[in-house]
Amino acid sequence: MAERDLLLEIGCEEMPARFVEGGMKQLEEKLNHWFDGHRITYGSIRTYATPRRLAVIIEKVADRQADVEEEVRGPAKRIAVDEEGNWTKAALGFARKQGVSAEELQLDEHKGETYVFARKFQRGLPTVDLLKEELSEVLGNIHFPKTMRWGDRRTRFIRPVRWLVCLFGQESVSVQWAGVTASNRTRGHRFLGEEITLDTPSDYVDALRNEWVLVDVKERRDEIRNQLKRMEEEHGWNIPIDEGLLNEVTHLVEYPTALFGRFEESFLELPAAVLITTMREHQRYFPVEDQNGHLLPYFVTVRNGDHRSLDIVAKGNEKVLSARLADARFFYEEDQKLSIEKAVSKLDQVVYFEDLGTIGDQVRRIRHLVKELAEWLDLKKEERTNLFRAAEICKFDLSTLMVDEFPELSGVMGEEYAIKAGENPEVARGIMEHHYPRFSSDQLPEGMIGSLISLADKMDAVVSAFAIGIQPTGSQDPYGLRRRASGVVQIMVGQGWNEITLTEIIDLCLNRLEMDGWLKREKEEVKKELISFFTLRMKALLQEENIRYDLIDAVLESDISRPRMVLDKAKVLTEEVEKESFKTIVEGFSRAANLAAKGDPDAKIDGDLLEKWSERKLFAAIKTASERFESARNNQDAREMFEAISKLATVIHDFFDEVLVMADDEVTRQNRLALLREIDRLTSGFAAFNKIVFAS
Amino acid sequence: MYIQDIILNLQSYWSSKGCVLAQPYDVEKGAGTMNPMTFLRCLGPEPWNVAYVEPSRRPADGRYGENPNRVYQHHQFQVIMKPSPDNIQELYLDSLKELGIDPLQHDIRFVEDNWENPAMGAAGLGWEVWLDGMEVTQFTYFQQIGGQEANPVSVELTYGLERLASYIQDKENIYELTWVDGVTYGDIFKQPEYEHSKYSFEVSDTDKLFQWFDDYEKEAGHALDENLVFSAYDYVLKCSHTFNLLDARGAISVSERTGYLARVRSLARRTARQYVEERERLGFPMLNQGGVRHG
Repeated sequence: MAERDLLLEIGCEEMPARFVEGGMKQLEEKLNHWFDGHRITYGSIRTYATPRRLAVIIEKVADRQADVEEEVRGPAKRIAVDEEGNWTKAALGFARKQGVSAEELQLDEHKGETYVFARKFQRGLPTVDLLKEELSEVLGNIHFPKTMRWGDRRTRFIRPVRWLVCLFGQESVSVQWAGVTASNRTRGHRFLGEEITLDTPSDYVDALRNEWVLVDVKERRDEIRNQLKRMEEEHGWNIPIDEGLLNEVTHLVEYPTALFGRFEESFLELPAAVLITTMREHQRYFPVEDQNGHLLPYFVTVRNGDHRSLDIVAKGNEKVLSARLADARFFYEEDQKLSIEKAVSKLDQVVYFEDLGTIGDQVRRIRHLVKELAEWLDLKKEERTNLFRAAEICKFDLSTLMVDEFPELSGVMGEEYAIKAGENPEVARGIMEHHYPRFSSDQLPEGMIGSLISLADKMDAVVSAFAIGIQPTGSQDPYGLRRRASGVVQIMVGQGWNEITLTEIIDLCLNRLEMDGWLKREKEEVKKELISFFTLRMKALLQEENIRYDLIDAVLESDISRPRMVLDKAKVLTEEVEKESFKTIVEGFSRAANLAAKGDPDAKIDGDLLEKWSERKLFAAIKTASERFESARNNQDAREMFEAISKLATVIHDFFDEVLVMADDEVTRQNRLALLREIDRLTSGFAAFNKIVFAS
Repeated sequence: MYIQDIILNLQSYWSSKGCVLAQPYDVEKGAGTMNPMTFLRCLGPEPWNVAYVEPSRRPADGRYGENPNRVYQHHQFQVIMKPSPDNIQELYLDSLKELGIDPLQHDIRFVEDNWENPAMGAAGLGWEVWLDGMEVTQFTYFQQIGGQEANPVSVELTYGLERLASYIQDKENIYELTWVDGVTYGDIFKQPEYEHSKYSFEVSDTDKLFQWFDDYEKEAGHALDENLVFSAYDYVLKCSHTFNLLDARGAISVSERTGYLARVRSLARRTARQYVEERERLGFPMLNQGGVRHG
């Protein structure tokens, strides 16, 4: 069958850099899906994007859809054929609906009954016709988190659509969408290029390069990287490449030209984080370092254009950066005039959440929680002094001008200013560290102070949000509650704090919220929701550790309140499933558990009633195992806990071999069931073994 | 180029593109968007193209005339085109050429910026336009005004005149800008900047301001009861400015703040709704005048 390449380009006004690649991927996926659904064969796909266009070239697209033969079953014969043997109205209606003539209807068997069948042959339609008719719908299915309308059109898109190219081989297909009709005309660079006509899809990349547009994302990104490298070599600089920034810059320009500018050397007295944030976040500049990693008074920016008048562009950017740095210096100096105490008291003027009071209120809740945690962990006096001080001032930098201007510097400035104000370095470090982890793969706080305050801060954020009915739904988690809850679990796992439990911390938070009058919902209900929320976070963590899904289910059903213990147990089980003996152990536990469920849950074991040798042996073994299990639990030793219960397996099997549990005598029966229930209680304190799956 | 010439050039350019040249509105406001020529005229289906300078007051930004960039009152050059024309970006870039800014000699970028004014129930999507790294214009497609969906969509271009002038005249401090030969920005605005800052931060009579806010709010409602939308809207603006004065004075506590903003918003929404109703009652008289229509 004849094949042609297809080019599709959506030309629009400048799209936000962060959405460009997502749009490009969607265009590919939606088209893929459409071709598959329409039985149109195609070869490889390449995608392209700049701030002003999303494009795709699909090679070797079939000229027509594949033909299709289809058999459709209609009404049963008894309905379809009347007494004279003629087609009934029902049969004729079916034929009409299927688009076949009555002569083409056939009778055939289906599951013991005769039915009417229509055999249809559908000739594939020309791809061009289908594109013209349906492509607009495909394009309309591209979604962005934020869309807009423009002019008097009804279409929604990320930014106004200004032109479309749809070129099938050499044929331009006049698809209509978003008030634009597709053609073979595309536009070059906004200032350097012209509008041009494309002859074939394969000309696309080169033709645009001639018009000062590097339409291939990788080519553009590599070009910037190379330009930065050349600049490094020429000046003996080191320009650290932040991949996020490189990506953003790649999607801010169609034709990149890197250039550098300088700033006053005295600005280097500002903290490096301030300089870097100003350059990177606010101006999208690359900071420049010497070979030892010290900042130099230079910056690199990537212009959307050629080499013309680079000095003018550099001068303009220098002016902007100087003004920003002058502001930062002003903030830095002013902030140091504000005492930490004054800064903390100002937090009472900053709303945390409409229904949860101010940041000041939140800090008081954090302090309260941290105090309780210190009790549990039995911290030393000096540790407590530093911890409580850090908790008290952990958010003071939110009152500073610098953090007001650069919110991403919260923590960094807290540490910096605290040191300048003569705070203990550990306290200062804790202020920074209590922000960790800030995103899913971020570092964890290293110190005890940072870890505890981070835990308290995140736990309070999650619990208080739930307390006023704010919860993540589906993919929506605007307050980052999942991330925070994961942070709580990660910190507890990392620190191995088994002496504090998740459930107790949740209780503490809820009680405090209730006392302060913020709790707006039924407490037990909120608690239940929180526990299942944290269970899911724990599950995600276990999945990241590559624990098998059935083992995850088994440990999570047991007890999740000590996250480190949950992980340790899962690791023990991961080792055990590899062993031959494991299956026998689990069978013993499961058999005991299944039978135990049949007994009276209140019945107690009466040792004197145990007649048989294997019964008495099991009774003794349970006692030994229980003690060993408890002491291992107190030592937080998951391996030893497992060893304790696994010893029971042989004894359990011996018991089942010799003893008939379901004895006729009621008392004997209940006594034996009580014995089994004890095993169940003990083993399920480790994991729900019945969740473990064995290959049959 | 003097500030005066920047204004004249922009005016003659946008006039040639079919905009009504309007004058600044005579009620205090924080931005050109709040001029009824924008806020009200962007509502409903009638086409509308306008350009004007708007002195915009933001009491909390006052710095006693001491900060080189931040001021109590700055000047915006505001352009509205409704519905937004297809070639609006090109029209905008050509306007920069009128100011002697050749895109080939500079780096001009459209950087994502989504604008929102919750108190006025208004929101839009668009960009900050960067000229060699400096934000010189806010470019917004209104999606919502006064809580109503914008249909058709208007485009708003807001040139920061001080920013543009400091770039064009290459000055670090706005008080050194030349308004016209022999007259600096400082000559005209230094004293008012100092006095307005001192008044807003230290002198204003808080009790009176609170009283006025209540009175203006009542009067806006009163006018709305009589379907006098434009009169009502003046009082909405007065409420908003009074709130800004109270805010600058630090007189509004955290918990009260939301309440005051909600009161302004609710008036703005009601005014917007009634404006459209009134225009409809008049048969949307400008429906067939000007504007660019699409199929």
